[in-house]
Amino acid sequence: MSVSRTVRIGSSHGLHARPAKLFVQAAKAAGVPVTIAKDAGKAVDATSILGVIALGIDQGDYVTLTADGDRAEAVLDELAELLTTDHDAA
Amino acid sequence: MSMRRIHGVGIGLGVAQGTVARMAAPLPPPADDPSTIGAEAETARVTEALAAVARELEERGEQAGGDARDVLEAQAMMAEDPTLMDEVSQRLARGATAEWAVHDAFAVFRETLKAVGGYLGERAADLDDVAQRVIARLRGVPAPGVPDPGHPFVLVATDLAPADTALLDLDKVLALVTSEGGPTSHTAILARAAGIVAVVGAADAAELADGETVIVDAAAGVVTADPAPEELERAARRAADRAAAASAPITPGALADGTPVPLLANLGDPAGAAQAVDLGAEGVGLFRTEFLFLSSGRAPAVAEQRAAYEQVLSAFRGAKVVARVLDAGADKPLAFLNDAHEENPALGLRGLRALRANEDILREQLTALAEADAAVRAGGEAADLWVMAPMVATVEETEYFVALAREYGIRTAGVMVEVPSSALLADRILRHADFASIGTNDLTQYTLAADRLLGSVAGFQDPWHPAVLRLVQEVGRAGAAHGRPVGICGEAAADPLLAVVLVGLGATSLSMAPTALADVRASLRTHTLDDARRIADAALAADDAAAARDAARKAADAEHREGETQP
Repeated sequence: MSVSRTVRIGSSHGLHARPAKLFVQAAKAAGVPVTIAKDAGKAVDATSILGVIALGIDQGDYVTLTADGDRAEAVLDELAELLTTDHDAA
Repeated sequence: MSMRRIHGVGIGLGVAQGTVARMAAPLPPPADDPSTIGAEAETARVTEALAAVARELEERGEQAGGDARDVLEAQAMMAEDPTLMDEVSQRLARGATAEWAVHDAFAVFRETLKAVGGYLGERAADLDDVAQRVIARLRGVPAPGVPDPGHPFVLVATDLAPADTALLDLDKVLALVTSEGGPTSHTAILARAAGIVAVVGAADAAELADGETVIVDAAAGVVTADPAPEELERAARRAADRAAAASAPITPGALADGTPVPLLANLGDPAGAAQAVDLGAEGVGLFRTEFLFLSSGRAPAVAEQRAAYEQVLSAFRGAKVVARVLDAGADKPLAFLNDAHEENPALGLRGLRALRANEDILREQLTALAEADAAVRAGGEAADLWVMAPMVATVEETEYFVALAREYGIRTAGVMVEVPSSALLADRILRHADFASIGTNDLTQYTLAADRLLGSVAGFQDPWHPAVLRLVQEVGRAGAAHGRPVGICGEAAADPLLAVVLVGLGATSLSMAPTALADVRASLRTHTLDDARRIADAALAADDAAAARDAARKAADAEHREGETQP
């Protein structure tokens, strides 16, 4: 069963440098297939750093996360939290 | 082969010798030849190479730490990117070699990033670096980039990028030589900060080969290849003398005739205070307060600021500490101060302008500084706190800032002179300000209308330019007329010969990265105030920065020769 969630990007540098790395690391660690799409665009593999940064996601953009599997809800909770936090302010 | 001399711009006064290790040149791109070993064997090669490169990048990240670690970890993830591997597999299935498949697949992503431009365009360089490493691994040749010959070496490069220097094991680098880049290049800044002997912009350094023995003489701005044994001996002796001088008792900054020139430290955060004291800083000439703000989505609370200021003030009891209020904007944007998009941020709402638009932040900072000063005073001998505003362009701004600082009990309030308008009207500005501090980096940028952050105009960013020197002279004269101190902070003060020129132009104190203090102290000691004025006049009379540097060097050498013939 797949679950989706749309969140707004909190990081002031968008999903580029460090935030993109942290997000992809977390998606890898999730252990279930996760995709990310910007607005209504094409979904890309969330474990692909090249795919994720090429989306050119900026602060305030809306992205949709989709995950599969038993832990999908928990995984989305974690990833959504990551995306809404401003990591460049950490 | 006989001795060859290669000329460039020396950074500091050091001399070093050793064998050359060059930054490896980029690899030639692979050809699209069909594979002779089959897709399965090629896949195995690619898998091994990608994993090996990813592990190496991760290891380097771990060693480097900090921001470099994030960049390197992101690069490791690029090497093992599943989407990339899909692209590679498609090419291998069509009969390509591992080298071509990697080269071509990376090129696809590279084009995507380049097309987006801006920040993502810069990531294309990271991707290129990963592709080069993987292809080098497949070919069994050394990866391009910083060499690792297994012993200390003289690093010779075209120029060094921040990504290169982040990985540099400075304990292994005896000296740096670049064929491009100038005195404000990244290489030069690194060399000054780390106290490494360097000669930059030495065009003929491109001829130096791996394993050659060279002497790098930063004081003379010369690299000697194939030196004679006597030359090596002399250089070794000079290096030893210099090491002895560096560990000699630290004396206050002064010219040969005893004219005091206090030598102060530039500090970016309180943690640097101890090192500055160890290296003989007589105070702090520029305490940048941005560190409190840059890591934060909002202005830090007064209490948090006060604690940081107290740390610095208590490390310098009895000494001067010049704090600069928040200098945001341009290369240091802060969303909570100004989130408007500006076409020319260097000419935008930055420095004091941004603070004025957010006066509560400025008032809080002045409150925290005054409270920290009072707290340190209550606990023993006080530091002599001076506070200055960045990017002041007008007399009116000066009056505004000084009046506001006085409101909070700041006894000594001044302005940074970084804009030509305030240098030209320094005589009027110093009627209101208690002191001026010249920020030579920005003053150069604004005088020559060349963005400091733009590589294509980096050649203009040279504080030796006579136009910049003339503006410094203007401020020096105004300071003398009003009896106000004129300090220098910025890379210029760290250049031992330029430091003498700046004093000749009327600077009364010099502030720099603490590692530059010993060289500047030694350089000032060899010239009187009259010498310094003559050397400054020689530089002022030149047509451009390079000619000013040469003229100053000649004038300084002439002073020395005269000195030797006198009884």
